[in-house]
Amino acid sequence: MNTLTGVGVSPGVGFGTGYVFAREIPVPPPGSRHGGDAAAERERAERALEQVAQDLERRGALAGGESQKVLEAQALMARDPGLAAEVAGLVEAGTSASRAVYEGFGHYREVLAEAGGYLGARVADLDDVRDRAIAVLEGLPALDVPTRVAEPYVLVARDLAPADTALLSPDAVAAFVTEEGGPTSHTAIIARAMGVPAVVACRGATAVAAGTPMLVDGASGLVRLAPPAREVEAAREAAAARRSALAAVGGPGATADGHPVTLQANIGGPRDVPDALKYGAQGVGLYRTEFLFLGRREAPSPEEQEAAYLEVLRAFPGQRVVVRTLDAGADKPLPFLTSSDGEPNPALGMRGTRLFQVHPEVLADQLTALARAASRAAAQVGVMAPMIATAEEAVRFAAVCREAGLPSAGVMIEVPSAALRTADLAAGADFFSIGTNDLAQYAFAADRQVGALTALQDPWQPALLDLAALAVAGAVVRDRPCGVCGEAAGDPALACVLVGLGVTSLSMAAASLPAVRAALALHTRDECVRAAQAARAAESAESARAAARAHLPGLGGLGL
Amino acid sequence: MPERQVTVKAEVGLHARPAATFVQTAAKATLDVTVAKAGGQPVNAKSILGVLSLDVRQGDTVVISAEGEGAEELLDRLADIASAP
Repeated sequence: MNTLTGVGVSPGVGFGTGYVFAREIPVPPPGSRHGGDAAAERERAERALEQVAQDLERRGALAGGESQKVLEAQALMARDPGLAAEVAGLVEAGTSASRAVYEGFGHYREVLAEAGGYLGARVADLDDVRDRAIAVLEGLPALDVPTRVAEPYVLVARDLAPADTALLSPDAVAAFVTEEGGPTSHTAIIARAMGVPAVVACRGATAVAAGTPMLVDGASGLVRLAPPAREVEAAREAAAARRSALAAVGGPGATADGHPVTLQANIGGPRDVPDALKYGAQGVGLYRTEFLFLGRREAPSPEEQEAAYLEVLRAFPGQRVVVRTLDAGADKPLPFLTSSDGEPNPALGMRGTRLFQVHPEVLADQLTALARAASRAAAQVGVMAPMIATAEEAVRFAAVCREAGLPSAGVMIEVPSAALRTADLAAGADFFSIGTNDLAQYAFAADRQVGALTALQDPWQPALLDLAALAVAGAVVRDRPCGVCGEAAGDPALACVLVGLGVTSLSMAAASLPAVRAALALHTRDECVRAAQAARAAESAESARAAARAHLPGLGGLGL
Repeated sequence: MPERQVTVKAEVGLHARPAATFVQTAAKATLDVTVAKAGGQPVNAKSILGVLSLDVRQGDTVVISAEGEGAEELLDRLADIASAP
């Protein structure tokens, strides 16, 4: 295998020899005990944590800027009195200092991970502090990444913490490749800030032999190992061409022959609005409201919700903003909604709108808050229901929306039964939006959270395209618009295919908008239709991708 | 016990930079000081992990409490930090 695939999170092309940064701190085994002198062991733990705090502060002072703030916050974690008390208690009971530090952090780790979003991303910071303290206690060498080098290298790691990257510069690092992490992980943020290409969630990256030349494409997520010189040259030229080509296309989305396609942003709250505006989103195709609710013991008040909705709506006067009602359950449990006694198959259980059967007050509050916000802003508000499986459910949801004073109610198409019967669902849906991620999960019986099944999550799977085509066909019969708001919409080639299937709007992460806009502007609607037919005629995801690209000649010129 | 009730205005809530400044200021004081979300369980205001765990968002109300010599001044400072936009 000479190509690895991950998720591109910082565009551009980087080339250099691979440096695999392994900071594997062994987990202190459960039940590790100290020799008996609890007071001495406790002091050892305290000294280790203080040493880590000082080291982090020193690095922060050297790095300055945003990094310094992050590292100082980490130093505060190392000196946390709550943590110190937990560690002391564990050591008092006989646990070794290393294990006590490990367990002491464990509790907070869980709380942050559960909160998700910004706090979830802090888990990596916390783990870094913990691992550094354990390394001190176990006498392990403190590993650091090289900062002074003759030639920039490709930094490969499982994941990177702020302390690892604080002293790095683009002179030292040509690209980042990590096995873990996502678009909001520390590696992604620091790479974008440095203007260095990065690929995260790249399986197999740390198994690459040290010194292997690597060509990293931070847009496509492809990592080529030991590529020929001409390929490196071509990749660099393509990256330059893409930058200028993308910059040249602006305005509302349309195909080369002027067929309009509304290009919108997926957002999780007011925080994502500036990026959506910067990349020229024509409104919001998916406002995920669960970020308001996650990590809460009780639902946010209607007033708090109204403020958050209003802030988003006011940013898009005259444009469409589609708000998805709370989609909890499965991978996003909430204490006040989901039951804690565990369902055998949470993804097939009480999630999305199904929860509102048990807790109608949560939906009522949300719709009230949204209707109030809508009355105070000039955006065209649509409400969208997640996890609808039947027409009855759609009709019931639409009725509740209208009662709350929200006239435009739509349905997410993510359950295969809904995709097959959009014409029936139209009785309770003014519009449809295909959620490709969940639709793939349910069509292929492949849990999104099981890494080993990612191939079945490939949105190019012809069966998934068939379901999308059927959903669009049913919507057309009833004269309802049908968009796509899953990851698939942000893939420029797949975006053309979806338009070829008859999709009327595409909603994606804001940063994907320029490439999708440029790809559509280079192809006629006919070319998109032919690409879609070719993809559906294929028998595998891989051949569907290749067959579609053969009908989309403009993509090569964009370096996509 | 002296306390201050303030609404968090920063877009990032009491996370990131505001949380660090808040905890650093609290940690410099010798007296005990706690912070809670309105109606919630208080946590040690000198604990960054405790404060982050509260997950205070923009628009949330927090209650900061302290008792002893200099409590009023400290609470004023902390209230200013928590309510800064």
